[in-house]
This record gives sequence, structure tokens and C-alpha cells, in this order.
Amino acid sequence: MTWSLFFTQLLNGLQLGLLLFLLSAGLTLVFGIMNFVNLAHGSLYMMGAYFAAAAFRWSGSFVVAGLVAVPATLVLGLLVERIALAKLYSRDHLDQVLTTFGLILIFNEVVRFVWGSASVYMNAPQALGGTVALFGLPYSAYRLAIIAVGIAVGICLYVLIHRTRVGMLIRAGASNAAMVAALGVNTRLLNTLVFGLGAALAGLAGLMAGPIFSVQPGMGEPILILTLVVIVTGGVGSIRGAFYGALIVGIVDTVGRAFLPGILREFLDRAFAQAAGPAIASMLIYLLMAVVLALRPQGLFPVKHG
Amino acid sequence: MVERFRSPQLWFAVSFLALLALVPVIAALIGQPYYVTLFTRITVFGLAAVGLNLILGFGGLVSFGHALYIGIGAYAVAILTYHGITSGYAHLGAALAVGAVSAVLIGLVCLRASGIAFIMITLAFAQMFYFLAVSLRQYGGDDGLAIPSRSDFGVLKLDNAFILYYLSLALLALTLYGFQRAVHSRFGMVLRGCRSNERRMIALGFPTLRYKLVAYVVSALVCVIAGVLLGNLTRYASPAYMQWIVSGDLIVMIVFGGMTTLLGPVVGSAAIVGLEELLTGMRLGLPFGLDGIVNAHWMALLGVLIILVVQTLKQGLYGSLAARGRRPA
Repeated sequence: MTWSLFFTQLLNGLQLGLLLFLLSAGLTLVFGIMNFVNLAHGSLYMMGAYFAAAAFRWSGSFVVAGLVAVPATLVLGLLVERIALAKLYSRDHLDQVLTTFGLILIFNEVVRFVWGSASVYMNAPQALGGTVALFGLPYSAYRLAIIAVGIAVGICLYVLIHRTRVGMLIRAGASNAAMVAALGVNTRLLNTLVFGLGAALAGLAGLMAGPIFSVQPGMGEPILILTLVVIVTGGVGSIRGAFYGALIVGIVDTVGRAFLPGILREFLDRAFAQAAGPAIASMLIYLLMAVVLALRPQGLFPVKHG
Repeated sequence: MVERFRSPQLWFAVSFLALLALVPVIAALIGQPYYVTLFTRITVFGLAAVGLNLILGFGGLVSFGHALYIGIGAYAVAILTYHGITSGYAHLGAALAVGAVSAVLIGLVCLRASGIAFIMITLAFAQMFYFLAVSLRQYGGDDGLAIPSRSDFGVLKLDNAFILYYLSLALLALTLYGFQRAVHSRFGMVLRGCRSNERRMIALGFPTLRYKLVAYVVSALVCVIAGVLLGNLTRYASPAYMQWIVSGDLIVMIVFGGMTTLLGPVVGSAAIVGLEELLTGMRLGLPFGLDGIVNAHWMALLGVLIILVVQTLKQGLYGSLAARGRRPA
């Protein structure tokens, strides 16, 4: 195990974590403010990736792909919210789970119908195609760009939530939605705004993920489940929790998969380690989540009320 | 007591089960033995849905991870058979033991959370076991593991499709009877009390976690049994059985049938499995090549149907029927 390899894996983990942050930020706000379970968030991410891939194929430009994918996902998210979900805010979680589950099935089939079952490929922009020397190590420029975008979004969200009036209303809504409504704030508009923000971020995540993951039907579900792990670990409704939770999950998952089998081989019988290593590595983040929940059921960075 | 025997619901339940019992006879008469397999699927998924409904419908705990226990059942059969142990009692015993230990541990962690967090955590645990199954290279990994011969229960020859069907049906009837007693017992009352107002139950001095944990484990074990049956039916154990879509399907079955009733999930299972069969396989004779589109993309139709049912039919198919039959109290 060399340090340069470890460092590269750490950066990969950071990159996965920041990608997860783009998804968890929107989802955790929707959970926190509207008390709403949106399993279709992963589908919005998938649609974002497909919009981006289609625009990229049409124009050949990554920038155009981004300019198409993010607004398109935003509009799609708002449409879905208005048509199917707005009625469900006051219903119980089971109805929300089922409706968004139904939406996932529909989106997957729509994608399969329009673009086919095979993966659609999308290249990184030309300027970011190569590698960058980072502390003497070569690292993919595009992955570095994902890290930069993730951090930029994190800073923007921090400013939005903690320094603006809208952000104040969002925080107030997360801590007591009924009170905010009673004070005369148009919470319906606020809900739509938050949902749209989440959808746009999901679209952005889809765009950024396009060149490194394969764009295919059902690509939203594995990442949705990782996002849920992030949110539960970080604390439901908290942007800060989503940020740190995403980094922890991304790094633990990536580094664990890369090094755990090797470490196990040091201590255990070779054949057993070979079989158990990947199994334990793939379970690592869920075990982490279980430990966090057992010790702190509210998550690591819960929303502070009051 | 007498009142209970007059209840239309009981009569519906008995006639529904009797009708299911007649399926193999009818299938043999019309020379379509395939229907026995189809109805075994309905019964097995009905059993799993009935199990899940104990905590979902009566306990108010929305577990989005019960496919995990179906997987444990199926993999217990597959892995033991792979190592040359064919005894059905060993399969069942191992499956129940592993299922019980997992359910107690997972239940203890999950039940610390409630509401949205409970849904997400159960989902995450099921996913964890899914990835565990995928990474078990020795046992087929991604592809799953074929089960060369069905569980050996001595006199019960499961290789006979009829016997497998009647075994599933008998287990379903037994579970329904047991749950009927449990739901109306003190235990069931406490469970339903937790659904309505847990804080009050705690204030009344009930150790609610203990009750919920017992309900969680029992419902998991019913799903484990369904998994053993499913493994025997398909002669295959695949990670796909633990996929979160399966957990979602189970919930959909419960809600379709009616989650406040015991029999509802079975009706829901019949509706969903039947619908899948109808939409994937049948020539519906629609114009403009719509047949092919429907057959290939039936999941989208299922999605639309789920959304419509959730928005309109609050009590489910059987639930609405049962509510109509009930006299206003």
C-alpha cells in the first residue's frame, strides 16, 4: 500500500462524497421542510444525466449540455411536484413512498422507451480530458472539477441558507413549518422553491456524473440509496449533516473498497480474506450507519431547534 | 362468539381460501398446469405481504426492507443444497435461525428511529444484504445460485407442483389464522395502540419497543418462510430477490389489497402478480403495435396504477369491500 495510491483513493472518495452531497442537499431539505419522502429524487438525477447526454450528443459541447440539463431537470421536478406530489404533503409517509416508488417505475420505463436499455456514453469536456499534477501525482482533471463544483455548491448553499432572507425562511420552515405558515409566509411557494432547488441540484449531479458513470435506466436507485444513508448518518433535514455525511460516506466507501481486502489479507487466511474482503467492504457504509444510529439516533449533525 | 361467525369478512376469507384450494383442480381440468405455478407465486408473495402487514398495517411501521428476509429464506435453501444438505427441515431451521438473529439485530437498530428515518434505514439494511449476496462469488455472486433439487421434507414431495402449492396455501392459511388471533389479542391491541399514539402507550407503562420488536421479528420470520418457498418454487436464489423493488412490491400489494385487513395483502398479491402476468405475457390485441410496448414497459403502467390507487382508493380493493360489508357501529 503506497501513499500515492492512498491519496488518489482519498481524492476519489472526496469526489464521490461531493457528488453525493449535490443529491443529499436537495433531498434533505425536502425531508426537513416538507416532511416528505421523495424516493424519485434518484430518478431526477437519472433524467438530468440523460438530458445532459442527449444535449451533449446534439451539440458536442459540455457547456450546452449543462445549460440544457439543469434547467430541464428543474422544470421536470416542478412539474412532478405540481402534478403528483403537492397533494401528498399532508398525507402519511406510506402514501408518499408509494407514489414516488410509482414515479421511479414510470421514469425508468420512459428512459428505456426513449433511449433504449443500453448505456449512453458522454465524454468529459475537452479542456478537462487530461490529468492535473497534484502534489506531484497525476489526477483526472474532470474528477477534480467535480470536487470544485461540489465545494462551490456547498459554499453557495451555505450563503443562501445562512445569509439570505429565503434561507432564513427555509431554516424556519425546517424547525416549525406550521408556525412559519401562521406568520403569513407563502409556504406553498417556499415548498416549490425548495423542491425546485433540489431538482436542479439533482440535474447538476446527473450532468457531472454522466462522463464517469454509465448513463443507463435505473442508474438513480443505487445512488438514491447511498444518498439516504448520507442523510440518515448526517441527520435528517440538515445541510451541514448532508455535507459531512456525504464526505464520510464517499471516503469510507471508496477507501474501504480499495484497501479493506488487502488489510484483511494481512490478518486472515488468504482464501477467506479473498471471499470476505469485498463483501465486508461493500457493507461498510451500512455498518457505519448502523453504528451511528445505535449511538446517536438523530444523526451526527442534527438540525438545532430553538 | 356467534357474532364472529356471522361476519361477512370471515365468510369472504373462507371462500377466498377455498377458491384458492380449488385452483389445481381447475388447472388440471382445463389442462393448464402452468396456473398452479402462477398461483403458487401469488400464495408465496401473499404470505410475505401478510407477514409484512403485521408491522405495516397494524403497527404503523413502514418497513421498506422486507425483501431481505425473502432473500435469507431463498439463500438458506440454495447454500445448504449447494453443500449437499437437502433436508427441508434443515433448510427451514437454518433459514429461521439466521432470519431471527438478523431480525433481532436489525430490528433493534431500526426501531430506534421512526417515521421517515425508519423507512430509509430498513431500505439501507436490505440493500446491505443485497450487496453481501452480490459479493458472495462462491455462491454465484451477481448471477445467483441454482437449486438443483427442492427441499426434502420426507413424505411431502415438493417436486410435485400440487404438493408445493398446497403446502404454501396451508402455511398461508395457518399464518392468517395465527395473525387473526394475535391481532385481536392483548399483544395486537398494544401494537395497534403504538400505531395510534405511541407516547400514550409509553405513558401507560407499556414497554413499546419490546412489543414492536416482537412484531418485527415475527413479520420477518413469515417472510423468511415465504423465501424458503420461493426458492423451492423457482429453484433459484438470486440477489434480485432482495432488491428494493421487491420490498416496494410487497408494500404495493398490501396497499392495493387494503392494509387494515388481514386478507387484503393476499388479494393485493393476486392483483399484482396477476397483472404482471397479464401485461408481460398476453396478447391483448391492441392496435398500432401497442401490445409490444405494453409487454416491454408494463412497469410504467404499474407505476401509473400505483399512483392512481394511492390517490383515490384509500382502503385498497379488499379494504373497501370489507368496509362496505361492515355495519355502522
